Amino acid sequence: MPGKLKAKIVAGRHLPIMDRASDLTDAFVEVKFGNTTFKTDVYPKSLNPQWNSEWFKFEVDDEDLQDEPLQITVLDHDTYSANDAIGKVYIDIDPLLCSEAATVISGWLPIYDTIHGIRGEINVLVKVDLFNDLNRFRQSSCGVKFFCTTSIPRCYRAVMVHGFVEELVVNEDPEYQWIDRIRTPRASNEARQRLIFLMSGELQRKIGLKVLEMGGNAVVGYLQCFDLEGESGLVVRAIGTACTLEKISSTLPATATHPSNSSPSKDMKDSPQAAPSTLGCRSTHSSPVHSASSRLSQGFSVSVPTLLFAGMGSGGSAGKEAGPLKALLRQQTQSALEQREYPFFPLTAFPPGFLLHVGGVVSARSVKLLDRIHNPDEPETRDAWWEEIRQEIKSHAKALGCQAVVGYSESTSICEEVCILSASGTAAILSSRFMQDGPLDTEHRFEEVVSPGCGFCHIPYDELNIPFPAQLTYCYCCRRYKVPDVLFTTIDLPTEANVTGKGCLIQARLCRTKKKAQGEGNATVISNLLPFLEYELHTQLMNKLKLRGMNALFGLRIQISIGETMLLGLASATGVYLTALPSPGGIQIAGKTPSDITYEQHISNMQKKINDTIAKNKELYEINPPEVVEEIIGSPIPEPRQRSRLFRSQSESSDEVSELDLSHGKKDAFVLEIDDTDAVEDIHALLTDFPTPAGFYSCNTEIMPGIQNWTSAIQMFTSVRVFRLNASLTSQGLNKIFSDLCENLLKSLYFKLRSMVPCCLCHLNFTVAIPEDELIQVAVTAVAMSFDKEQLLENGKQSGEKTLIKAITENDEQLQFNLELNAETPSPNPLSSPKGLSEVGSHLSARALSVDYSSFADRCSSWIEQLKLKAHTIRRGSVKTTSSMEKASPLPEGRSRSLRSNRSYSGSSVAVVKMTPLSFIPGAKIIKYLGIINMFFIRETTSLREEGGVSGFLHTFIAEVFAMVRAHVAALGGNAVVSYSMKECVFMENPNKNQAQCLINVSGDAVIFVRESELESTSVQTQSATTHTSNGAEGT
Amino acid sequence: MSVELDVFVGNTTIMDKEVYQLWLNGYTVNDAVKVRIEGGVMEECEASAEVLLSDTMDQYRTFQMCERLLHHPAKLANQLLFQFHPQANLANQLLFQIPPDRQAMLIERYYAFDDSFVREVLGKKLSKGTKKDLDDVSTKTGITLKSCRRQFDNFKRVFKVVEELKGPLVENIRQHFLLPDQLARDYAAIVFFANNRFETGKKKLHYLTFQDFAFCAGQLINNWTLGAVDNIMDDMDVDLDKEFLQELKDLKILITDKDLLDQHKSLVCTALRGKTNVFNEMEANFKNLSRGLVNIAAKLINAKDVRDFFIDLVEKFIEPCRSDKWTSIDVNLYLTHYTNSAHILDTFKHHAVWTRYMGVIKSCILRMYHD
Repeated sequence: MPGKLKAKIVAGRHLPIMDRASDLTDAFVEVKFGNTTFKTDVYPKSLNPQWNSEWFKFEVDDEDLQDEPLQITVLDHDTYSANDAIGKVYIDIDPLLCSEAATVISGWLPIYDTIHGIRGEINVLVKVDLFNDLNRFRQSSCGVKFFCTTSIPRCYRAVMVHGFVEELVVNEDPEYQWIDRIRTPRASNEARQRLIFLMSGELQRKIGLKVLEMGGNAVVGYLQCFDLEGESGLVVRAIGTACTLEKISSTLPATATHPSNSSPSKDMKDSPQAAPSTLGCRSTHSSPVHSASSRLSQGFSVSVPTLLFAGMGSGGSAGKEAGPLKALLRQQTQSALEQREYPFFPLTAFPPGFLLHVGGVVSARSVKLLDRIHNPDEPETRDAWWEEIRQEIKSHAKALGCQAVVGYSESTSICEEVCILSASGTAAILSSRFMQDGPLDTEHRFEEVVSPGCGFCHIPYDELNIPFPAQLTYCYCCRRYKVPDVLFTTIDLPTEANVTGKGCLIQARLCRTKKKAQGEGNATVISNLLPFLEYELHTQLMNKLKLRGMNALFGLRIQISIGETMLLGLASATGVYLTALPSPGGIQIAGKTPSDITYEQHISNMQKKINDTIAKNKELYEINPPEVVEEIIGSPIPEPRQRSRLFRSQSESSDEVSELDLSHGKKDAFVLEIDDTDAVEDIHALLTDFPTPAGFYSCNTEIMPGIQNWTSAIQMFTSVRVFRLNASLTSQGLNKIFSDLCENLLKSLYFKLRSMVPCCLCHLNFTVAIPEDELIQVAVTAVAMSFDKEQLLENGKQSGEKTLIKAITENDEQLQFNLELNAETPSPNPLSSPKGLSEVGSHLSARALSVDYSSFADRCSSWIEQLKLKAHTIRRGSVKTTSSMEKASPLPEGRSRSLRSNRSYSGSSVAVVKMTPLSFIPGAKIIKYLGIINMFFIRETTSLREEGGVSGFLHTFIAEVFAMVRAHVAALGGNAVVSYSMKECVFMENPNKNQAQCLINVSGDAVIFVRESELESTSVQTQSATTHTSNGAEGT
Repeated sequence: MSVELDVFVGNTTIMDKEVYQLWLNGYTVNDAVKVRIEGGVMEECEASAEVLLSDTMDQYRTFQMCERLLHHPAKLANQLLFQFHPQANLANQLLFQIPPDRQAMLIERYYAFDDSFVREVLGKKLSKGTKKDLDDVSTKTGITLKSCRRQFDNFKRVFKVVEELKGPLVENIRQHFLLPDQLARDYAAIVFFANNRFETGKKKLHYLTFQDFAFCAGQLINNWTLGAVDNIMDDMDVDLDKEFLQELKDLKILITDKDLLDQHKSLVCTALRGKTNVFNEMEANFKNLSRGLVNIAAKLINAKDVRDFFIDLVEKFIEPCRSDKWTSIDVNLYLTHYTNSAHILDTFKHHAVWTRYMGVIKSCILRMYHD
């Protein structure tokens, strides 16, 4: 009995009128945890009841504390008939179970009803007293911290990265139980909401146990998904990376420890000493087919051949000293990783020095037939399915010479009884520093050699023994190691990467019709279609990448969605130009019938169009790789033809293609043959992409290379569109419609957010679904962040001016120096990585400040406000027992802090809860993580027209979900949600019956942040470690 | 093929001022899109008509969802009050996260009204009957019926809330509807006119603008209501001070006592002589004008005559002066001496009432004395 949960119901407000006669409500509250229920008194005839209840105490096992939500039901008392429910509040008490997270939940929480939406608010207080549990065989895992953030959280340091943790739990879906026929929709929805809350809690507890077993204390990159398998059940599954985290000591002046964390982008680094670019190379696609179609006992299953997206090239001899060193490294890290069943890391960003080399994207898919889960306590089939896929991923990674997979994620798509399981990640070689205790000298020596800006691009596989025909060149940065010509990854752009120009969102969209089929037949049809779908997506990505003059993709996410009569594929990634990789060639169009003059004319027109677009894009994204002196080093490198080609049909061989004179000169080009309608369509798709309007940038990663001076104006948004198709469309027609749908959605976003220009849409996360036949649903969640144009221009100038280049390279050196130092420091040193970076950061910002005095006034004023605020807090007598972290932070309480900072309106601000899908808030420092937010809501209506149709219904629901997330964060004492994502948005409608239903699942990390400007004003050492932050108008 | 569903929800609610205005003006979505296209927003932002339509529909939906909050800005106000109640903050009305300056804009524009519309209903009873006639008003003013209804409902809503409230009228409106000062004053005028049912629709009054009336209402509220003289909390600003109206009857002595009238005239004429071009007309008209003004005062005790206050001012004073081509400087001069001279009269005792009466009359007439 190691825990006591206490809850107090204070008051309610804005309650709905439940008694028509008096226009009032006689409200009371039921507080339920597990099987225990308490009730408050009835507060008669009021819409703003003041219950002020006693403390309700629940004495429970900590296992239950983790699994169960606290359930608060507000009811209207009725003397003669049954009491009417007004609504419910589910409170996840998990954040209270961890000493470093929140200590109390207190605030106004919306009362939610699945039929009516938000109906007023209730003020509650919840606390937990935990007793020490010394039982070694316990089933609970209280105290393990969970983070949705897919990088090491901002105020922590990774002592050790233990590795992959996964778990899944299954249950019957209440919506499909027999009892659902006789109960009300409300009861059914509530049963579902409650079940998913319970399952999430259980899942989290089980994952926590695994983490404790591994010796960790936290899960980073926690990704929980649920699969609504319909008749066959409900699966909730999660993956994450187990870590041992250590809080960065808060006694250090906050600004000095991590000033650059608000804008984790870096200076553009041009590398004047880049390697010769004479080396031609070819790009081909190897598609090693792993068709391991195994039949599982319980049903049908097909494993689908998958592609390895890696940078590919051929020729070239071994690099100088890379070979032996790499072998050595592999030996060492292997020992660390081989102990693990799956060396997978759902992380997308890493502590400096962790990620050594990147091989390429590995992915695996498998088509399964769903079967009813007979025994929920033993979810073995589902486990086995995922095991199979993970094994495949592991072997793919091995083929690329990598021992680990980073940026790993899993997803499903379900249609009737067919389910596609997908997993993807990036094969990589990691430093063993975070995985083993004790320093390894050899490894450090190796790290010293690798320059941080290009090291990750160097191929991890053995040049002489590459798994596919490939062509490599020497790295354009260090000229020592081999790099591929194109690099695809699922991770974020490493902060230390050398990038030329800016990046942009690149999407490949595909829609294919399929025949209607049932059961096994259907599964076969789908698994036959999948390889083609994936292949074409890849082709499209590659073409679009070339069209933008870029050579690498980050954050690649391929989503495949199945419907009854079609398959949708959407690949999103952020394209960049990595300075270390060779410049991409253009795209060359080749016709098959050169005799026809008009045809040739047509082709040359198209060619011109493409060349123009490439040139325009290069200008737009500021891609001007430094012209380098031609110089051949190393062993003789074969000079193949200056082109590469795209295999549309395997029958063609490159020799048959007529050579066209390319405006791109010696650069290798990508050949597109217009030999069939498909290719025409491809080219069409290439050229119809709408360019981003002036002032906008977009990416699906956390940061945009080349932009760092973010202002504090951020705007998170969700946009959903459902498109109804006409019957009988060809694949081409569908394709066009789907592509236009995505393009138009983007256009609308740009238009909506035009007031934020110049701005960048970051973390653009598209999800597609086929809710029913002839419907396509696209949902986007992203954040728009404004940045300072002037500084941007300045930076542009800087890179042009020689003196400034010098300054930057100096900085470069400093960065490298620091990292080297870093590498030599044994990991337990508390000052290691962030410190090193911070010095560079402050160095830079000091320079910025020396020319900019305008910020001084700002700081003065914030000083004054700070004082005022302090006076205010004291006067209010807000006393709170705080943990050491809170005491150390310059401001004692999150909520009082948010009072200030808006100058425009009567001197103080509205308490705003910010939301962002990113792991950081620009211009601010996260000082505390309060716990994970993981909420699941169902909303249903039987009066769709009255609620403004489907759009009105969903608009309200999404707004309500946002409101509830904000309220729960605020109740935890937070003022922002980071790493926010809407993982599920299932919308179903029946306009004829005037009905609609929607399920939404959202998650994120509740945090307290402080504006850097505020930190500055309180920091004693303002001069030494000031960062220039834009504390200008708070736009959001 | 059609877009079945299209929503955009921001953590901070995004609202376009221009579209908001179009919505307030009662434009349909399609009309609003047309106006926006003509406005050139498309070229500016490289958008298409499709994008514009989607955006406009989305904004309209947002406004409709916000409208019920705008009816009770005090609800929205909770958000504003966060600043002062940190304990109870953050969770109030969380459905829309709108920055305070935006909230202020939303409220202000929602409660803004067209001068031409308000001139039509000013002084009328804010009843269902009047609301039924709004389509006539709409045709007459060219303002959409939807917009007319919104404006009318706003008047009525404000009227209902402040009607029974104690304390200063303008302040009450400002607090309950969070309106900026000027707008609160205008609403005070509208409420005051509706409550006292002043006649403003007669042809002779057509030349007067709403702002003329609002100014006069301000004068009346500040000087002639019960709230004007003492600050007892349980008095109201919407009704005229009955006691004062009663006392006004005493002023009749100025015209009934022949000696007093002559004496008053000679004092005024002595003071005016040589200072104006229309001296002869002033001298000739003195008795008429004085009778007019004093009779207005004496009759104000009857509710029916209160209604005719403005028409009386025009008929009894402004029109005669205008036909004699007085300038407003002349009027000012005349009224100043007319007011002051009365205090010198030996037998005239009602100085306080006279000052209170003439102060308002003078500023009202001066405001109304234009073409």
